[in-house]
Amino acid sequence: MPAVSKGDGMRGLAVFISDIRNCKSKEAEIKRINKELANIRSKFKGDKALDGYSKKKYVCKLLFIFLLGHDIDFGHMEAVNLLSSNKYTEKQIGYLFISVLVNSNSELIRLINNAIKNDLSSRNPTFMCLALHCIANVGSREMAEAFAGEIPRILVAGDTMDSVKQSAALCLLRLYKASPDLVLMGEWTSRVVHLLNDQHMGVVTAAISLITCLSSKNPDEFKTCVSLAVSRLSRIVSSASTDLQDYTYYFVPAPWLSCKLLRLLQCYPPPEDGAVKGRLVECLETILNKAQEPPKSKKVQHSNAKNAILFEAISLIIHYDSEPNLLVRACNQLGQFLQHRETNLRYLALESMCTLASSEFSHEAVKTHIETVINALKTERDVSVRQRAADLLYAMCDRSNAKQIVAEMLSYLETADYSIREEMVLKVAILAEKYAVDYSWYVDTILNLIRIAGDYVSEEVWYRVIQIVINRDDVQGYAAKTVFEALQAPACHENMVKVGGYILGEFGNLIAGDPRSSPLVQFNLLHSKFHLCSVPTRALLLSAYIKFINLFPETKATIQEVLRSDSQIRNSDVELQQRAVEYLKLSSIASTDVLATVLEEMPPFPERESSILAKLKKKKGPGAVSVELEDGKERGECVNFNPKPQRTSTPSPSADLLGLRSTAPASGATPSAGSLLVDVFSEAGPSATSAGVNDDGFLRFVCKNNGVLFENQLLQIGIKSEYRQNLGRMYLFYGNKTSVQFVSFNTTLNVQTKTVEPLVEGGAQVQQVINIECLTDFIDAPLLNIKFRYGGALQNISLKLPVTINKFFQPTEMAAADFFQRWKQLSQPQQEAQKIFKASHGMDTEVLKAKLLGLGTALLENVDPNPENYVCAGVIQTKAQQVGCLLRLEPNAQAQMYRLTLRSSKDTVSQRVCDLLAEQF
Amino acid sequence: MLRFLLLFSRQGKLRLQKWFTPVTEREKKKVIREMTLMVLARPPRSCNFLHWRDLKIVYKRYASLYFCCGLEDQDNELLTLEVLHRYVELLDKYFGNVCELDIIFNFEKAYFILDEFLMGGEILETSKTAVGIAMEEAETLQEVTPPPPPPPLTHTHGHLSLTHLPKYVNMFSVLFTDNGGVYE
Repeated sequence: MPAVSKGDGMRGLAVFISDIRNCKSKEAEIKRINKELANIRSKFKGDKALDGYSKKKYVCKLLFIFLLGHDIDFGHMEAVNLLSSNKYTEKQIGYLFISVLVNSNSELIRLINNAIKNDLSSRNPTFMCLALHCIANVGSREMAEAFAGEIPRILVAGDTMDSVKQSAALCLLRLYKASPDLVLMGEWTSRVVHLLNDQHMGVVTAAISLITCLSSKNPDEFKTCVSLAVSRLSRIVSSASTDLQDYTYYFVPAPWLSCKLLRLLQCYPPPEDGAVKGRLVECLETILNKAQEPPKSKKVQHSNAKNAILFEAISLIIHYDSEPNLLVRACNQLGQFLQHRETNLRYLALESMCTLASSEFSHEAVKTHIETVINALKTERDVSVRQRAADLLYAMCDRSNAKQIVAEMLSYLETADYSIREEMVLKVAILAEKYAVDYSWYVDTILNLIRIAGDYVSEEVWYRVIQIVINRDDVQGYAAKTVFEALQAPACHENMVKVGGYILGEFGNLIAGDPRSSPLVQFNLLHSKFHLCSVPTRALLLSAYIKFINLFPETKATIQEVLRSDSQIRNSDVELQQRAVEYLKLSSIASTDVLATVLEEMPPFPERESSILAKLKKKKGPGAVSVELEDGKERGECVNFNPKPQRTSTPSPSADLLGLRSTAPASGATPSAGSLLVDVFSEAGPSATSAGVNDDGFLRFVCKNNGVLFENQLLQIGIKSEYRQNLGRMYLFYGNKTSVQFVSFNTTLNVQTKTVEPLVEGGAQVQQVINIECLTDFIDAPLLNIKFRYGGALQNISLKLPVTINKFFQPTEMAAADFFQRWKQLSQPQQEAQKIFKASHGMDTEVLKAKLLGLGTALLENVDPNPENYVCAGVIQTKAQQVGCLLRLEPNAQAQMYRLTLRSSKDTVSQRVCDLLAEQF
Repeated sequence: MLRFLLLFSRQGKLRLQKWFTPVTEREKKKVIREMTLMVLARPPRSCNFLHWRDLKIVYKRYASLYFCCGLEDQDNELLTLEVLHRYVELLDKYFGNVCELDIIFNFEKAYFILDEFLMGGEILETSKTAVGIAMEEAETLQEVTPPPPPPPLTHTHGHLSLTHLPKYVNMFSVLFTDNGGVYE
């Protein structure tokens, strides 16, 4: 029954499309289109009123032209006219045109909304569906404002036709996603949940998408859906393949609905009710059992539908992570798929197993498939499958198989696709460090990495190997020997030269006893690479040379000769020239003792989180590596250096969120606040919540660091602050605005500290410096109490110090692809915080940008598909951990509203940054 | 949910585009370009899934046409393949042995059928009969219009093979040696 025989064909349209297809060139096509546009324009403007058919035909032609990629700037009005036609095809074309070419012209939107309103109240189900489709296709805020109240009513009304209910459910979902603030479910909640019981499978299928979305945002209000979903699922799973008639797809009963039900259940923890839980476990077992049954059809559609349900069931099992029996069965099932002849199944099995590997119940079971996965990495023809295999190897790695996995990854690197090399390098470096039992293995691995994939070894990787070698004296000799050997290769990567230069400069003496690696041999070897290297590497080598002079006085003459040569001492690069001149001078005039002191071996680096891990986190998004972070014990055993306490004041671990140390100002000129060295509880005491606290100033400093924190008739308090990583310094300036001195002036930070210089002269200013260290993320700001007597009266001021978590942001630049990948990885509900709020200031672009930059994040250009939106990224540096943070701000100038979304690997951080920032616009 | 659905030919000519979330025209062009480049470059027998930005891409080739969609992280890839298949079945049922020409000349019908099946990127109705009935009802609501039907299309030459038969593929490649210009 081809459509063309049905009598609604538009001959003119078919001819036009034929003409376009026959155009021999782009120019001819444009010419033909322009001719048609002129023709249509004249028809629309002509005196003769067009009949519905012609109008439909021309509107359809315009639509075709638009879909070809040409701009259309007229015809909207005619399309709107078609909406009120009572001929179905005319109305339909009108709606299609509006859906594709929606225009924000407000006059038009009003007319469109009117037409939709008429159709919605027409009680003609076909017209109602058209109108609902249009709303869903456009999904604009104006439409949400006009119809968000009406659609729930249509959805739950007893006399609504099933097909209309289906459209209403999905239409509402679309509006909810676009404008959640306008869709208020309240009174409808329970009736919507009960759509899960509807007789009509189509209605349930449509409604469940809506319910899943609403449940994920408001799990508590919708939690009754769990038992309904379980019983519906159980009925489907136990039905014969013919029971559901049309809803059976290639012998699989209701695959779409089954998957949606399993997805809905993933919004919730396992059911508490024993009976419900039992029934669900039974369903999951049945689904797993069915996978072992012979297929009812050889068609790929049958197996796809069946396996789609199976994968969704496995996702649910992994989500619950509480049924060891099911987890192991799931793992075995995935293991079968790993060897399946269908590439699609192998791909999905590798992907699913990655999540399974992090469960303590199934980690061991996943590990048994190591050979298969390694084989996949070696032999899969499709790069996207190989990528999944590499991810899985990384996820399943532990102490027992680390050497094998690292070796396999290294050998894969030699032939790996360029697109994934950098990530592979980071993963190898992390695994090698994390599971290093002996450090010679670690050193070998990293040097191998540099040899195989030097171009993809980022600074973090080679910095890290140097940190580790410097901190572990048992590996220094081995490292020097190995790097010396590696440098023998006629062509070695510049990164190898950097590592070699650094390590030989520090520890070359450990291998100097061997005549084959005597000091001069070492020096000549390094210097033979010098001319091939870039400026930063040359600079590093010059430093290695001066260290050589200290380590091996016998090389002094040779090295001085090199430094003195024109190519060094007159080098056009300032840095190189300066180093050459200074090192030459230093080596000539300093006594041996001075030289030995200046050029002493590097002290051990303070213990800290691997910078490589941070780099991978940056690459993969924070969520991806949270497992490692929690794995502190294991790290401690294998790779930690002797932790040397760097600070005399170790904050008490239980209470301190923020270590604050006020110290004396550097100059003695101002009245000193005394040498304060206190640890302050940043958890605000009772006084923090007291009404007397002045909050206004505080919020103004979220996006800036300097300014006036507080001012009244007597006192002005100015602030200057600077932050680097997890450290900060804040200067407080207390200015006496009066001509009378303040007496008994003292400031307290949450807990009592020593008094400040008790007198502040009239017109004078005292300064106080506070050093700040962020230990972990925090919400409450430290509280500053200021007391003094002015005249006879006691003044008492409480202020929140504007120290907020965002001050510890390090901006992170990234490309769109990275951003979205990381965004996706932070998809757990608690990782996201969102606020929709009214603009309280102007919505000027530059001001917004300045504020977002002031927040401390990097403002990323060309990431969001909508250029009006802003996205930012940064890593919050605390002593305990680094928290990657992604931000999206969507301004809606018409509505004067913003939507702000924060995602980070830590729920408290997402929430706090969201709260802080929401007050800024 | 699906974010978009694209139909394009082996030559990279776009035949249908459906966007389920608001996307600027510029961004649409970019996505279309990247999708065609990426998917057309895949060697045969590769898996049907890809990662791209924060989306999963699922694509499948039917005769000379590629059906390609972008879906969100939680969505099920295998089932999405069957969404594509069900759409091809619906087109086939409506047009009878559907071929690329049907979709070119009756593009509005291809959109209407899609609307009966998907809404806002979610499944609206999975029953082939129910979608068929909805289309039938729509047909009966149409009054016969005065102009004569357009010239018959030669879609006996090949259809979007539901079984991937290579002979159809070959026929299509002969039939659709593009004469330039269209859908660039």
